[in-house]
Formats: sequence, C-alpha cells, structure tokens
Amino acid sequence: MSFAGSAAVEAAALGGDQHDAEPGLHLVDLGAKAGPASERSFLSAARGALRVLVPVGLLAAWQTVSGLGRVEPAALPTPLTVAEAFGELIGTGELQAAIPASLHRALTGLVLGASTGLVLGLFAGLWRIGEQLFDAPLQMLRTIPFIATIPLFIIWFGIGEAAKVALIYAATIFPVYLNTYAGVRGVDPKLIEAAKVFGLKPRQISLRVILPTALPSILVGIRFSAGIALLALVAAEQINARSGIGYILNNANQNQRTDVIIAGIIVYALLGIVIDLVMRWVERLALPWRASLVFA
Amino acid sequence: MSLHDLSGVRAAGAAPADLSPWSEEGRRFGPVTARLRGVRRIFAGRAVLDGVDLEVRKGEFVALLGPTGTGKTTLLRILAGLDRADEGDVGVAAARSVVFQEPRLVPALRVWRNVVIGHRRSAASRKLAAAALDEVGLVRHADAWPRTLSGGEAQRVALARALVQEPALLLLDEPFAALDALTRIRMHGLVQQLLRRHSPGVVLVTHDIDEALSLSNRVVVLNGGRVRLNAPVDMPRPRARTDRAFENLRQRLLAKLDVAADEPPI
Repeated sequence: MSFAGSAAVEAAALGGDQHDAEPGLHLVDLGAKAGPASERSFLSAARGALRVLVPVGLLAAWQTVSGLGRVEPAALPTPLTVAEAFGELIGTGELQAAIPASLHRALTGLVLGASTGLVLGLFAGLWRIGEQLFDAPLQMLRTIPFIATIPLFIIWFGIGEAAKVALIYAATIFPVYLNTYAGVRGVDPKLIEAAKVFGLKPRQISLRVILPTALPSILVGIRFSAGIALLALVAAEQINARSGIGYILNNANQNQRTDVIIAGIIVYALLGIVIDLVMRWVERLALPWRASLVFA
Repeated sequence: MSLHDLSGVRAAGAAPADLSPWSEEGRRFGPVTARLRGVRRIFAGRAVLDGVDLEVRKGEFVALLGPTGTGKTTLLRILAGLDRADEGDVGVAAARSVVFQEPRLVPALRVWRNVVIGHRRSAASRKLAAAALDEVGLVRHADAWPRTLSGGEAQRVALARALVQEPALLLLDEPFAALDALTRIRMHGLVQQLLRRHSPGVVLVTHDIDEALSLSNRVVVLNGGRVRLNAPVDMPRPRARTDRAFENLRQRLLAKLDVAADEPPI
C-alpha cells in the first residue's frame, strides 16, 4: 500500500524533472505515509482484529476437531470441556485452595533467593574481595540446570515443603546476582568520580549514586527470577505435592483427567502473566526517572 | 588560606616564598588557592607533566591551553585530587569543585538532589538547591529528571552543583566544548556573571583560544609537559575579537601552540 503510494510520488517527481533543463537527483520519498487518515485507521483496526481473530480461530478449530470426535477426548478434550473443568475446580474450592498454596511456595523461595542474590551481587559489585570470594563459584553454579538437581534436593530435604522451597530458592539466586553485579559494575565511573570530587564518602557514593543507578538492572534480575521461580515451582510441585496446583495436576494425572491437567497448565500460565504484570508495575513505580524518558 | 597538600612527595622544609610573576596582580586578587611546584606526572615512561609551576589566586581566572595530549586535563585532575603527581608539591584549597566536560548528573536523582549531592541531607538542602538553580535560571526544573534536560541545561545544573559548594577553587574541564555555539556564548555570559558574585580562583581547560581570551585574566600554555607561556590578559571587558591587544595575544598563543600564525590583522 505505502509502496504503491511512494512509487506514485516518485513517478510524479521524475515527470516534473523532464520540464527542467538539468536533471535532478532521484529523491527517495520519506514523507508522510500515503493514504488518507481514515484508510490508515481502518488498516490498524483490521490488524487489531487479526490479532484477536487468529487465537479465536485456533480455539474454534480445536473445539471443532475435538468435538467431532476426530481426537480421542482423553488425549485432547475440547476447550469447552476444559472450561467445565475450571468450573468444577472452582466449585469444589480446590482452585481457591491451590493458588495460595502454590503462590506461597513460589514467593517464599523467590524472596529468599532474590535477597541472597541481591546481597551477593552488591557485595561482589562494590568490593573487590566480594568479587574474589563469590563470583567464580556463583558463575560455576549458575551453569547447572536447576532441574537436574531435583534428586539431590530430595535426598537432602526429603519430599516435603522444604525441598520445594529450597529448589525455588536455589534457582532464583542467580538472575538477581548476575544483574545486580552487572548493574553495579556498569555505573559510569565518571559519575563516581564526580561524586568523589563533591566530597561523598564511599558509603554515600554507594547509596546515592551506585544503588539508584543500578536499580533498573537489579529489577530486571528480579523479574527474571520471578519467571524462574514459577518454572521451579512447576518442577518442584512434581515432587509429591500435597497442596497447590501441582497437587491438582498429580491427582488429575492419576485419574486420567486431561481436561483438569490442561486447566492446571492454564493456571500456571496465568500466574506467569500476573507475575510479569506486577513486576512491570513495580518497575514503573521504582524508576520514575526512566518512565519520564519513555512517556515524554 | 590553608592549602591541602596533595603532593606526590612531601615538601622538604617550609613552603618557598611566593615566586608568582604576577605579584602586583596578587595584591588585587585574593589568597592563593592552588599552588604547583615542579609537578611531574609520568604515564608509561612518558612525562606528561614535566616540572610544572603554577599558582592561582582567589578571584583569578586562569585559562589553560595546550595541544591535545599535553597534560592539561591531567593537571586539572591533580588539582581536583583525582590524580596524584609523581613528583613535586601540590597545594590546593579544601573547598574546590569541578565542572566536567559532561554534566555527570546522577540520572536517578532529581535535578535539585543532584545540585546538593555533596551536602548533608537536611531540611535546608532543598532551599539551598533552589537558590543555586535560580542563579543558573533553572529553578523551574528543580524537580525534573536529568535525562529530560537539554545539554546546555544539564551543564548549567552541573555549574549550580559546583557553585553551591562555595568553592575557593573552581576547576572547569572543557565544560563548554560539547555545547552548540549559541548555547556556549550564553554560558560564557552566565559564567562571567556568576564568577563576579562568587569570585573563586578558576582554572579553565580549553582548546578554544577565543574562549580563553574572552573569559580569563591569565592564559597559561602547556606544551610538551611544561608551561610555555604564562601571560596576563588585562584587556577591558567586554572584549572584542577585533581589539588589537586581543589579536596580538592570540597570535602569541597560536605560536606557542605550534600553529602557524594566521594572516596578520588588517
């Protein structure tokens, strides 16, 4: 569409040149987009509709294929059946009991893990001795996929709550550590030098210059860790969960309730979205100086 | 005025008598706020500063000129306490502040907090910041975030931050170099006006001969690690480039800076 418009303008420009004595340069059209505003708003509305229509279409296709009995219902129940499973879970109160239990696990592990990562990251970022003590071991541990350590955690902490929280804790340390360390080290040395000139003591430099400037990076680390906490939660709840979403999934697995399993997976996905939204909101509150840049 | 000893090597015995070639000027200006004697600074076997003597008095504006890589900025950093001399004596006033080439404002702190960053946080600091911002015409931006400011505005905030310290020695490290020509002219005016009020000793590092000649009381040319010229600039203000004395001094400076002289003035 815009290509056609620009081609028309270029043609007109070249046509104009023929009347002049000397040939002009070939001008590339970088002007306002061709086409009237109403046409453009129609286009953007159509694009918006497409974003909604594709998922809706996929759902409809799923409903049709499963509903016609082309797929074994035990393998893939229809979306409506999954919705009914949701209703069932809410009706019996299972979901209302499961979400707080799962969230409690995830948040406990996340708060402990993120705090540890923050303290270690600040220590390694601000003091050379901290870097020498912690950086190498943490960089090594970081490369271990935490899911591989589940058998170890079961041996160490059993199959109760402790093992689950410990796994989430261990998994969430690293993103916060890495981003805090990088954020602190990434503060412009020129800012620190200026602060020195203006008589700030090392402690004041840390609090007034380094920490606020490193905060965006630290918050990115916490956001990553929140995502990882959810992942670790899912993995941890595979271990003999007696409450939470993992418990619903385990039960459904034993009872061959595919619809409930899918409902549980959707709950995990929704938790992920909610965590991300909350973190973005926290970032906006904590970093007004960045917001002013983006929304100016 | 008591000077802080920032020497690389302890001074042997008492401070030498005032050897300033501008002692009659010294009577006009205040006490010494910076004194360098035989300062050497060696980087990778090369003496960037090779025995520099310099004295700056309160109220005096010294412009430091020199080709790139001749240690102007090193000299300024030594005066600021950000670098150490390898040899020689360095004494500077305790109350000193710097305006760098970049504003160097903390992006996460509001403008007024940046201005009083060196001060103890108290109920009065907001007022202090507002007064300093008023002097540079930015009091309306006290609550703004540094990133929303233009380059010239940010540099004015840096100037307010330097002056709020009430420095006896103000060090300017090419503070106007990154500004556009019009903003630079305005900044020159603003700085002159502010210095009349605060009158610290000023050392300005610059590449711009015209800037040096229109702002300073004295120009010092540094070349090959040594002071090659130390000349008073006593033309009346406002100074015009077309002034004969201005042009003569300009030619002398160009010669000391290894630049072939321009065409002589008509």
